[in-house]
Amino acid sequence: MIEVRNVKKHYGDFEAVRGISFTADKGTVYGFLGPNGAGKSTTMNIITGCLAATEGEVFINGCDIYEDPAGAKSAVGYLPEQPPLYLDMTVEEYLEFVGEAKGLRGEKLFREIDRVVKRTALKDGTADFTDRLIKNLSKGYRQRVGIAQALLADPEIIILDEPTVGLDPRQIIEIRDLIRELGHDHCVILSSHILTEISAVCDYVIIISHGEIVASDKLENLTKLGGSRNYIDLTVRGDESAVHRMLSSVPGVISVEIETKDLGLAHVRIAIEQGTDIRETVFFRFADARIPILSMNYEEITLEKIFLALTADTAADPSAEEPDEEDMSPEDAVAQRVLENTKRRLESLTNGEESVPEAPGVPEMPDKPEMPAAPQVTPEPQVPQAPEDTETPAADKAGKKKEKSPKKSKDDDYTPLFGGRD
Amino acid sequence: MAAVYKKEIRAFANGMIGAITVSFILLLTGIYTWVYSLRLGNPSFALSLSGNFILSANLVYVLVIPVLTMRSVAEEKHTRTDQLLYALPIPMWKVVAAKYFAMLTVLAVPCVVMCFYPILLGSFGTMNYAADYGAILAFFLLGAALAAIGLFISSLTESQVLAAVISLILFLLLFFLPLFAPMIPADAVASLVVFLILAALAAVIVYLMTKNIFVAASVGVVLCAGILLVYIAKPALFTDAVPSILKGVSIFDRMTAFSDGLFDLGAIVFYISTAILFVWLTVQSMEKKRWM
Repeated sequence: MIEVRNVKKHYGDFEAVRGISFTADKGTVYGFLGPNGAGKSTTMNIITGCLAATEGEVFINGCDIYEDPAGAKSAVGYLPEQPPLYLDMTVEEYLEFVGEAKGLRGEKLFREIDRVVKRTALKDGTADFTDRLIKNLSKGYRQRVGIAQALLADPEIIILDEPTVGLDPRQIIEIRDLIRELGHDHCVILSSHILTEISAVCDYVIIISHGEIVASDKLENLTKLGGSRNYIDLTVRGDESAVHRMLSSVPGVISVEIETKDLGLAHVRIAIEQGTDIRETVFFRFADARIPILSMNYEEITLEKIFLALTADTAADPSAEEPDEEDMSPEDAVAQRVLENTKRRLESLTNGEESVPEAPGVPEMPDKPEMPAAPQVTPEPQVPQAPEDTETPAADKAGKKKEKSPKKSKDDDYTPLFGGRD
Repeated sequence: MAAVYKKEIRAFANGMIGAITVSFILLLTGIYTWVYSLRLGNPSFALSLSGNFILSANLVYVLVIPVLTMRSVAEEKHTRTDQLLYALPIPMWKVVAAKYFAMLTVLAVPCVVMCFYPILLGSFGTMNYAADYGAILAFFLLGAALAAIGLFISSLTESQVLAAVISLILFLLLFFLPLFAPMIPADAVASLVVFLILAALAAVIVYLMTKNIFVAASVGVVLCAGILLVYIAKPALFTDAVPSILKGVSIFDRMTAFSDGLFDLGAIVFYISTAILFVWLTVQSMEKKRWM
């Protein structure tokens, strides 16, 4: 339905989009995810013909958006970031205008208007907003009018740029339901920087950062790419070796890291296999051993983590030397691995291969991955670098933290502290 | 195209601009008709429309056309509704043409009303109907040409006020051009200097549009070289060149012939070609935005 080939867009010297390629098919909701200024809206404007690409091609149902714009555009309904509304018109007048511009006439036009106003709840049993002037509508209802115009003439492709901005929570749920419903028999592309929205609505996620696609896969695959493990963080008052001995025999535990602090406190980070939840087991074991758990936190590798890792500093300068994985911070290593896997998948898709072996799993994280702060978007490409607040593994070695294999049943370097219980 | 036309007409009908345009044109032509024909007893409606330079009804366009055209494209850009126009399956030339025809429709309303004036005046004396209706047609086409210029200026900016002010200044210059033209020296050297300055200006405009110093410099050099070559080959061409060109582009001055009872086909062609040129330039300006 949509085929985007190596689209680039330059604004003077600034590269807003740096070679984006993807295809989109019917029956799927695609989510463009990226921080503000990543190039989502520019890409959408190019797909809908509102902007011309500096390089590259866009085909909609086989029609080139530049060669046959009328053919291509008639298959697309588009809601730009700011709904394009004529405030001095009533909702009905506005929809009539857009409907006529899309080639609807007479009875068919009014049937279509009726359909879309009902679908976007501009008209239902209790309320009718169709004869209201658009300038008198609230932001949420204006957004609905914008969505209604995109749905007019029932286009096969619906492109929505941040459709839930300005809506109240109930409206957000309604619009998400509508998008999911549309996704059954349309090709829907929506952009957002709200992760929950993407994970709630989309089947397929395209993460854009600094004008490039940094990941593109089904939602569940993308989450898997982030790593096959989840984490439990514990703070206990107890002896390090005793804690280690207890945890290493729990099924599902991959690795345990313990960092001892003053006052007999130990911070424990347990890597566990995905799909397992050992919190109750851990609780009872520690309770039996009379080691008090002061805090317990379950951490799942989520889309948010993948997103943050990918969009923080992936706009690597191609000329820059690729950093050695050894020197990377754990989250950089995750990002690197995800990128590699995604590239392989993309290559396999373009080569028409069915399945491609994945790159080796995510490297073990010897350190607690403190995710970088909110992604900084700068127009200039950046060389990947570890976030300032994250210690490198090299630094860890010099610190107190130790990584121990759970396979080891005996603790050789057991030294009780403060009479910690064994 | 019909959809955009209907939308524009609806906007003119619901808003103030359409009413202001029609009523101001009718007010001024009414006053001049009253003065020239009813008070002074001239049996000519053409005189009221385009008579004695500043004392004629076509002055109304200087004030009214900027108001009529200011919002046409500038407002679409300002409110971002232009994105809808770009995304709809209608070619841009049709969108611009529809907007332009809507303006022509508004301008046609007072002209249709004016068509009754010669008949009314005919009941008091003998009228030259052909000359009067010719003048009404020319008056409408003058409005059409100015509306095209205003439309183009509106497409260059996002601000309605700026569009109106630029149009107003330009129309004032054009209106008073016949006064300025004789002040410019008519000798060949003066004309050469003016043309060279214009060539340099053209190069600057090219630079502003392309940001490419090489292209801009090339354009400047080629234009200046061309002008100098023509000057060396045939200096006689430059004598009186600038004043006659200024007279040529003085769009309001061309109406004078109609008040003398002449049907100046040259003026009609000039108005229509000006209108087409500026509508085309507006389309180009809109298309250019897509590429920026």
